[in-house]
Amino acid sequence: MANPFEYAPAPESRSIVDVAPSYGLFVDGEFVDGSGETLKTVNPATEEVLSEVAVGTEADVDRAVRAARRAYTRVWGPMRPADRGKYLFRIARILQERAREFAVLESLDNGKPIRESRDVDVPLAAAHFFHHAGWADKLAYAGLGPDPRPHGVAGQVIPWNFPLLMLAWKVAPALATGNTVVLKPAETTPLTALLFAQVCQQADLPPGVVNVVTGAGETGRAVVEHADVDKVAFTGSTEVGRSIARAVAGTRKVLTLELGGKAANIVFDDAPVDQAVEGIVRGIFFNQGHVCCAGSRLLVQESVHDEVIASLQRRIGTLRVGDPLDKNTDIGAINSHQQLERIRELVGIGEAEGAQRWQPACDLPDRGYWFPPTVFTDVSPAHRIARDEVFGPVLSVLTFRTPDEAVAKANNTTYGLSAGVWTEKGSRILAIADRLRAGVVWANTFNQFDPTSPFGGYKQSGYGREGGRQGLAAYLKGASH
Amino acid sequence: MTHVLDPGTLAAGTRPGPGPGTAFDDVTRSDAALRAFLHGLPGVDQVGAEQRAATLGTRSIKTTAKAWAIDTAISMVDLTTLEGADTPGRVRSLAAKARRPDPADPTAPAVAAVCVYGDLAGVAREALAGTGIRVAAVATAFPSGRASREVKLADVRDAVGNGADEIDMVIDRGAFLSGRYLEVFEEIVAVKEACGGAHLKVILETGELVTYDNARRASWLAMLAGADFVKTSTGKISPAATLPVCLVMLEAVRDFRAATGRQVGVKPAGGIRTTKDAVKHLVLVNETVGADWLSPDWFRLGASSLLNDLLLQRQKLRTGHYSGPDHVSVD
Repeated sequence: MANPFEYAPAPESRSIVDVAPSYGLFVDGEFVDGSGETLKTVNPATEEVLSEVAVGTEADVDRAVRAARRAYTRVWGPMRPADRGKYLFRIARILQERAREFAVLESLDNGKPIRESRDVDVPLAAAHFFHHAGWADKLAYAGLGPDPRPHGVAGQVIPWNFPLLMLAWKVAPALATGNTVVLKPAETTPLTALLFAQVCQQADLPPGVVNVVTGAGETGRAVVEHADVDKVAFTGSTEVGRSIARAVAGTRKVLTLELGGKAANIVFDDAPVDQAVEGIVRGIFFNQGHVCCAGSRLLVQESVHDEVIASLQRRIGTLRVGDPLDKNTDIGAINSHQQLERIRELVGIGEAEGAQRWQPACDLPDRGYWFPPTVFTDVSPAHRIARDEVFGPVLSVLTFRTPDEAVAKANNTTYGLSAGVWTEKGSRILAIADRLRAGVVWANTFNQFDPTSPFGGYKQSGYGREGGRQGLAAYLKGASH
Repeated sequence: MTHVLDPGTLAAGTRPGPGPGTAFDDVTRSDAALRAFLHGLPGVDQVGAEQRAATLGTRSIKTTAKAWAIDTAISMVDLTTLEGADTPGRVRSLAAKARRPDPADPTAPAVAAVCVYGDLAGVAREALAGTGIRVAAVATAFPSGRASREVKLADVRDAVGNGADEIDMVIDRGAFLSGRYLEVFEEIVAVKEACGGAHLKVILETGELVTYDNARRASWLAMLAGADFVKTSTGKISPAATLPVCLVMLEAVRDFRAATGRQVGVKPAGGIRTTKDAVKHLVLVNETVGADWLSPDWFRLGASSLLNDLLLQRQKLRTGHYSGPDHVSVD
């Protein structure tokens, strides 16, 4: 029977956003032409070119770093901390006022559903600025020493999965602690960072405090390797993170890395099943699975495996995949062709290794980059889909029989960013969380973020924390957390 | 355009229940067995359930979907008057409204039922003769349920004798909360028997049961005892119908059908006053149990003032402008 309650299209209007045909770099408070090539940024849902942005060269990066140094020495460093806080509050308020604009632009450039950019990315980004604005004049009371000092110029390279939110995670603590910033947004998602640059102008932020240099890998390398950068912060792949660690080794630069993950989401037989299924869905299909802390390994107790998988499949069948700007869309587009290829490759490997692939009956748009939600059962811990980060909507299901086995399997990964535990038994939550080697452990929930809560990983998931009191330490000299 | 990946999946109902298809007789053999069964149902995480309901509440229902939802919601309304001051005149007036909710627009559907106290069921029966609109009567010492079983059963027989097609009974919350599950079960079984051919809606009064775990257990208890519908509230206790409690009850009827093959309806009642609330409930039904429940046979909205808001929104959708309270009839 056809469903009589077919939701009519409910697209968010894109007229609220003014996308310029081309963008320069934001250096020293102004938009300036880059001295090199340009790159095109596309809407991954349609492959339509949205705009052309400059590719920052070494010379461009050098100009930006010099502007940041000047601003640090002359204005931002000496400024009264309470005044720095005022700027951050102002930025936070503007982000809220222009929330719809940011949400629409983020969904256009990234492919994520508007429901998520509207309800998660943008409000959280504003929350990070509010949170850190409050810290600006209270750093002496953060337990990080009596008079913690900033590093100076921070070079920050961020990923494409949460373009504005990762910007906020980087820029807000850096500014609150008195550093100035040269930010390199991801190659495929530069637009909200450029809109943020406009917000900096609107907030009358002193020139040079925030500089945005767009580009690809080479531009990022120039930021990281610039001799006058004091602090490097990177979020992205473990592979690039390693090369950055190598580049920074032996210099006086301070480094924080937030890299990949292969989180275990552990479901015990006494879990609240319906909410656990929601949590599994949220864990792996939120943001198309482009989440470093995604719950990509489901560890389910054998005695409830069939029941949980049946519920999960039924629930996945109700997910709405399609136009990211439609307010009822649950799953949007894969961010780039390159990422889509990687997902396809790993899914192919999963099948070749003998895991059972399941996808709901699926009808995807013809244009754009799309991948259906995918569940692999009969996965062994030796399979690559149980070890490699897919960074897409692909869930690997493994089973366990005892709590010890659950912990052993959960920790059997080169990563250690996040994990989830589902059980109605409080004592078990505490006991298991204590033994999981992961920076974040969620209990009976997943993928919840808050600026007051530190986020970061163990092992190949990186080092340093973002958010909370611990996150401030990353931007202050001699502060340990 | 956005589309549901696989609209058939909700109908599949593959989840095995906590026991084999017809062997539920076994769980009601003793108080201990029933207690073990009800407490063995998967728990409900309060934060998670509320978050899920809130997320579904953000669905954007526009144009054709909204028009369908409004008409469907009207056809699901149990138009209710349960006041001490009710009179035959008031019931007749409500019946007239039930037959033709919008006097200016004959295309507006009729409601599902008129819900009254048992002594007025006969008046409603007469006023609704030949319309297909059902007469629902509350019984079993509604709303508190504090009377001896004989009185409750007599109440039911009286309402059925007066012509009620549907009986809305209340469970003994005192017995439920003190763990005397078998007593509650046996009472529902007895009421079901007294109903004869009338449909039985079992009111859980979730506002007094308080937890979602209790709402799930009470739903199963009522279904095991033969309920045709599980209903949230009397409307006399706050909170009455909320989205998360309705979600939990929908999950229960979904799982019960998967386990037994028998489909049970759901009726949120009390506190649903706006079109927006009603549409949110329909979204909840659509995405939790699917199209099989999207009809007045399986989903009802117990309400009084809701109907006028649905009619105003319906007029707005057709004419493009809001009219005002004088363009719908007062109850």
